Amino acid sequence: MKRSIRVANLSRVEGEGALELIITNGRVTRANFSIFESPRFFEAFLRGRRGLEAPDLTARICGICPVAYQMSAVHALESILALAVPEPLRALRRLLYCGEWLESHALHVYFLHAPDFLGYPSGLAMAQDFPEKVKDGLALKKIGNAIVTLLGGREIHPISVRVGGFYRTPEARELQALVPDLEKALDLSQKTLRWVACFNFPDITYDYELVALRPAHDYPLCEGRLVSTRGLDIAVTEFEDVFAEEHVRHSNALQGRLQSGGAYLVGPLARFALNYDRLHPVSQRAAQEAGLTPACRNPFQSIMVRSVEMIYACEEALRIIGNYRRPARPYVEAPWRAGQGCAITEAPRGILYHRYTVNDQGIIQDARIVPPTSQNQKTIEADLCRVAERHLHLDDPHLTHILEQAIRNYDPCISCATHCLRLRLVRR
Amino acid sequence: MDRRLKLAVWKFASCDGCQLSLLDLEEHLLALTDHLDIAYFLEACSAVAPGPYDLSLVEGSVTTPEDARRITRVRRISKLVVAIGACATAGGIQALRNFADVREYIPVVYAHPEYIKTLDQSTPIAQHIKVDMELPGCPINKEQLLETVKALLQGRRPRPSSESVCASCKRQGIICVLVADGVPCLGPVTQAGCGALCPAYHRGCYGCFGPKEHPNTSSLAARFQQLGVAEADIVRLFRTFNAGAEAFRQESLAHEKKH
Repeated sequence: MKRSIRVANLSRVEGEGALELIITNGRVTRANFSIFESPRFFEAFLRGRRGLEAPDLTARICGICPVAYQMSAVHALESILALAVPEPLRALRRLLYCGEWLESHALHVYFLHAPDFLGYPSGLAMAQDFPEKVKDGLALKKIGNAIVTLLGGREIHPISVRVGGFYRTPEARELQALVPDLEKALDLSQKTLRWVACFNFPDITYDYELVALRPAHDYPLCEGRLVSTRGLDIAVTEFEDVFAEEHVRHSNALQGRLQSGGAYLVGPLARFALNYDRLHPVSQRAAQEAGLTPACRNPFQSIMVRSVEMIYACEEALRIIGNYRRPARPYVEAPWRAGQGCAITEAPRGILYHRYTVNDQGIIQDARIVPPTSQNQKTIEADLCRVAERHLHLDDPHLTHILEQAIRNYDPCISCATHCLRLRLVRR
Repeated sequence: MDRRLKLAVWKFASCDGCQLSLLDLEEHLLALTDHLDIAYFLEACSAVAPGPYDLSLVEGSVTTPEDARRITRVRRISKLVVAIGACATAGGIQALRNFADVREYIPVVYAHPEYIKTLDQSTPIAQHIKVDMELPGCPINKEQLLETVKALLQGRRPRPSSESVCASCKRQGIICVLVADGVPCLGPVTQAGCGALCPAYHRGCYGCFGPKEHPNTSSLAARFQQLGVAEADIVRLFRTFNAGAEAFRQESLAHEKKH
């Protein structure tokens, strides 16, 4: 007996993709998570552009996480120049990134993911019955937007990020003005965690290889070594020795895998598992109270981890603002020289790798970009098989719903990955 | 008004940023939903109401044969079509392929070029169908989006500004980066809408809102030459998110020939 499930256009994900599942005699024989977002060829047209343009150009890969692209680009280029960006500017970059995490996580938690658990087609529909909740989500998103807008000029495709720092740094009083809303957001994000912790989670755990950055002291944003739950511990410069991308027929996004062949998972679950000890006190205590431990491997509970990371982002933002003294210069400079450099930063959805080769004029000769969603594709497909096998007794609409939900657990960003989702389910 | 407007949001090749502007409207969006139904908006909503739609917002450019067919269907089932953002109005950053050979682009990114179906040009929506209005910007200005949707709800004609970034910059009293610091700035030839952000952050405008009406690009380029900007850099300046917009395209081609 053959059964097939197709979701032609996945919703509440960023970008265009589809899902196809083939079930033969009660066994899932194929799960394809395809990304049919049109290719845009960033790596190709970056050749011949100035290194200085990379943060502005690569931001356009994704309107949801442009800061992540800007951060990976500037760190990679600064490594070529051996440019040491001084602490106050590095702290400002962390602050900018906290803003993006808040924007992105609040959008996902409240508008894309929570409606699944409560049975609504959208955050807007959920607002009819839970207006206060949706307002909380909007308030959290708004403070994230306010941080990115102050530091970057606007919330989408900020204009202030520069190799070596920023075009303009804010005055201390401009940052201070964010404090009351951030304090409110710190409360709201804790309230969010308590709320989502009460959702009904399918009892599913998998033995993933989780991969994230781990810095010397902080919860990971812009730097650190690359570590995994199976003992990987490498410098980011070794990324391409350990990880590969392959091009499969059903997808316009390259799929990440370990050179040794296996799938792995990046994102909030991985960051949390590998850096729990680096959380600030409020976020760590909140996680404990919610019963969330670094051992969490339930992809449906990623909504809780995103909430913990929102608490952390508020704490970290308040800490940075509290210590802020406007730097004497908004950026540091060094003459261009020929070379190759790479960097990884933690986009809201997980590690984002950039590598550039430039000539002595600072013109890009070669570029490589590995976004988090393409790294997670293989794991998402494996997850779909497992979730489907446990729910084969459901009729097609219900099975489809839980599979779509399983995909949304990863907050896939399809615009990034092509640089997903049509569900097709076939039962044979 | 007695009948609720049905809104659809469509995505073509893009970064999703312009449709995100709709969600960034925050409480204004909730207020809007009192007056209109979001009938089709996959990024935000899994419930889909069938067409026809009163207003279709179209994000992204046309880059595949399938998309070229899909956009004609969007036109058929929409009363009004508004193209939003640089991709939809000028082909976007991916229109850089229009100056190259896309067959050379594919293997730079993909191991199996035979799996990739793409057109050799990235084109704006208006090149395929009749578009009722265009909102420029990479990304669009969310206030302009709100004003447009409100105007259409109220049955009046939206009034987009036609001034340049330069004029908006002067009105804000920002020190001119071109005159004072000799920094190349596209402000004089770029459509206003961003609030002159880049000069306010001490850098030159990079033209993300595209050419204003009747821009004098060659005069501005001559000024860049006097400042010592290399021809190749003048090409790069005009060739970013609105590289496919006619005035910027022509100017970049003129300097490409020289260098």
